[in-house]
Amino acid sequence: MAKITLSNLAHSYMSNPRSEKDYALRRVDHEWVDGEAYALLGPSGCGKSTLLNIISGILTPSEGRILFDEEDVTFAETADRNIAQVFQFPVVYDTMTVRQNLEFPLKNRGADSKYIQQRVASIARSIKVEDILDNKAQGLTADAKQKISLGRGMVREDVNAILFDEPLTVIDPHMKWELRTQLKALHKELKHTMIFVTHDQTEALTFADKVVVMNAGSVVQIGTPEELFDKPAHTFVGYFIGSPGMNVFDAEVAGNIATLQGHKMQLSSMYKKLSGKVELGIRPEFITLCEEDQGIKIDIVRVEDVAHHKIVRAIYNEKNINIIVPEDVKITPNMTHMCFNMDRVNVYLNDWLVEGEKTS
Amino acid sequence: MKKTVNQKAWFLVLPVLLLVGFSAVIPLMTVVNYSVQDTFGNNVFFEVGLEWFEEVLHSERLHDALGRQLLFTGIIMAIEIPLGIYIALHMPKGGIWSSICLVLISLPLLIPWNVVGTIWQIFGRTDIGLLGYTLAAMGVDYNYTQDTFAAWVTLVVMDVWHWTSLVVLLCYAGLQSIPSAYYQAAKIDQASKWNVFRYIQLPKMMGVLLIASLLRFMDSFMIYTEPMVVTGGGPGNATTFLSIDLVKMAIGQFDLGPAAAFSLIYFLVILLMSWAFFTIMTNIDNKEA
Repeated sequence: MAKITLSNLAHSYMSNPRSEKDYALRRVDHEWVDGEAYALLGPSGCGKSTLLNIISGILTPSEGRILFDEEDVTFAETADRNIAQVFQFPVVYDTMTVRQNLEFPLKNRGADSKYIQQRVASIARSIKVEDILDNKAQGLTADAKQKISLGRGMVREDVNAILFDEPLTVIDPHMKWELRTQLKALHKELKHTMIFVTHDQTEALTFADKVVVMNAGSVVQIGTPEELFDKPAHTFVGYFIGSPGMNVFDAEVAGNIATLQGHKMQLSSMYKKLSGKVELGIRPEFITLCEEDQGIKIDIVRVEDVAHHKIVRAIYNEKNINIIVPEDVKITPNMTHMCFNMDRVNVYLNDWLVEGEKTS
Repeated sequence: MKKTVNQKAWFLVLPVLLLVGFSAVIPLMTVVNYSVQDTFGNNVFFEVGLEWFEEVLHSERLHDALGRQLLFTGIIMAIEIPLGIYIALHMPKGGIWSSICLVLISLPLLIPWNVVGTIWQIFGRTDIGLLGYTLAAMGVDYNYTQDTFAAWVTLVVMDVWHWTSLVVLLCYAGLQSIPSAYYQAAKIDQASKWNVFRYIQLPKMMGVLLIASLLRFMDSFMIYTEPMVVTGGGPGNATTFLSIDLVKMAIGQFDLGPAAAFSLIYFLVILLMSWAFFTIMTNIDNKEA
């Protein structure tokens, strides 16, 4: 287990990158705490797999260094990094039994046979494969195979980090949930540093202590699921996380007054004069439908009932907006306006979050 | 959708039936017919029952030819399969060099059998052949027309040269289909090169190896043209394999009855062995599944 330091890391697949655009991964400078579970979340092509491959040693970064604890491993071979990886599809040694699969990494490192037995027994208990230990790996289901490849990584006590490259892609939906829960439990029990690459926000938010949101080669925000929800650092994070994503409105902000198409409203913080593209971000959960005399007029397009709440799709100022209405609230014909929960309104300048000063 | 039934459609198969009939079924039945009859000439035939089969099955000539055939097939397979795997493992995995290697390696497969035979027949001659001349100059007593061992070595080397490529190509295809994640996982587990081969590459190649072995078995068991051109079955009967013996018997001696019985037995042996081969190999495959 180790702390992972990414020091000024950048990578380009071109030999002579000229502009920012040529980089698949743009300058990342972070320290990942030992024993925490991180999720790398972002759309395809955002650089998350590049970052993972740099950590696992498939790629050597074009710039910067990567350290496990204090040891520089930038140029170290995968085999010497002492990491474990669970791949997108199950990678097991088909002709071996489950037990032999689990023993394999230890045997290759010349461990004592008594120690191997004891480790295999303990890992088999953790990943719940005790009853299939002597089965051939080939005939197992995808989720069992994924558990075995995870177990093969965890069987080494000194493993620096466990990397997951979208490991739930091939798992049946009903098993996904179960496997995710088991992963979470394993992390609590064994405290490995875990890095989980995914494009599925549910996976990321349920699995990780910290979610690293990436877009177009950059890390946009690193935070707990709550932070990503409450204070998205960038409008991209607002859109990408949440279902549906955050609503963004063009606005003017002066002091604690925001102006939206002539509608003035009082913000809960004071802001300095902002010049540039100013927007208000508010999640669908914090907008309510209200009646004429209270809010801003919108055109409701349709209402979708998704069991535990309703999603109202509407148009305001030629932009689509979404409003979430709790299932116990009845929508009446005269609810044609929207009202904001002003405590939950975030202000963005050129897409980045601006923190104001709290007014009492 | 409602399926329309039209029994007249069967007539569309008729051309194929006719072709197969004239090219395979009728000749085969003629052979069956010959195998149970004898003649003293003048196109007069009389029934002899299973006499020819009894004679052929007990003939030492057939036993010897079968023995030589099994030995030859055994030797070339023992060389070609491992050698093919070895070459496939060491071929470049991508880029221009892999294409060049593939083209070079497939060349022997494109050469017709009798040309292969002629090439080696000349190649091995001590007077004008590069190989034979060089060996003779080095003081090696090499003469495939008179020395049994030299004849065998020549035929085996020729077959290895001609057909190892097939095994290489099949194995290469099998290897290319292994996702890189497996190699990555093996690195993480610090697996040795041998373990990577034993637990990743070999299991993933099993399917193509089965096909390669089966093809090499059938082809080498029926080999005729190349040894016929190079050694003509000699010296003596040293390289007279089943097919050469059969042709000698049928066309050389014109013993149609015994030759027909022989060829039917030959056919059944190949069928039986291929079936056994296939069953055993697929069973191994299934047991692992």
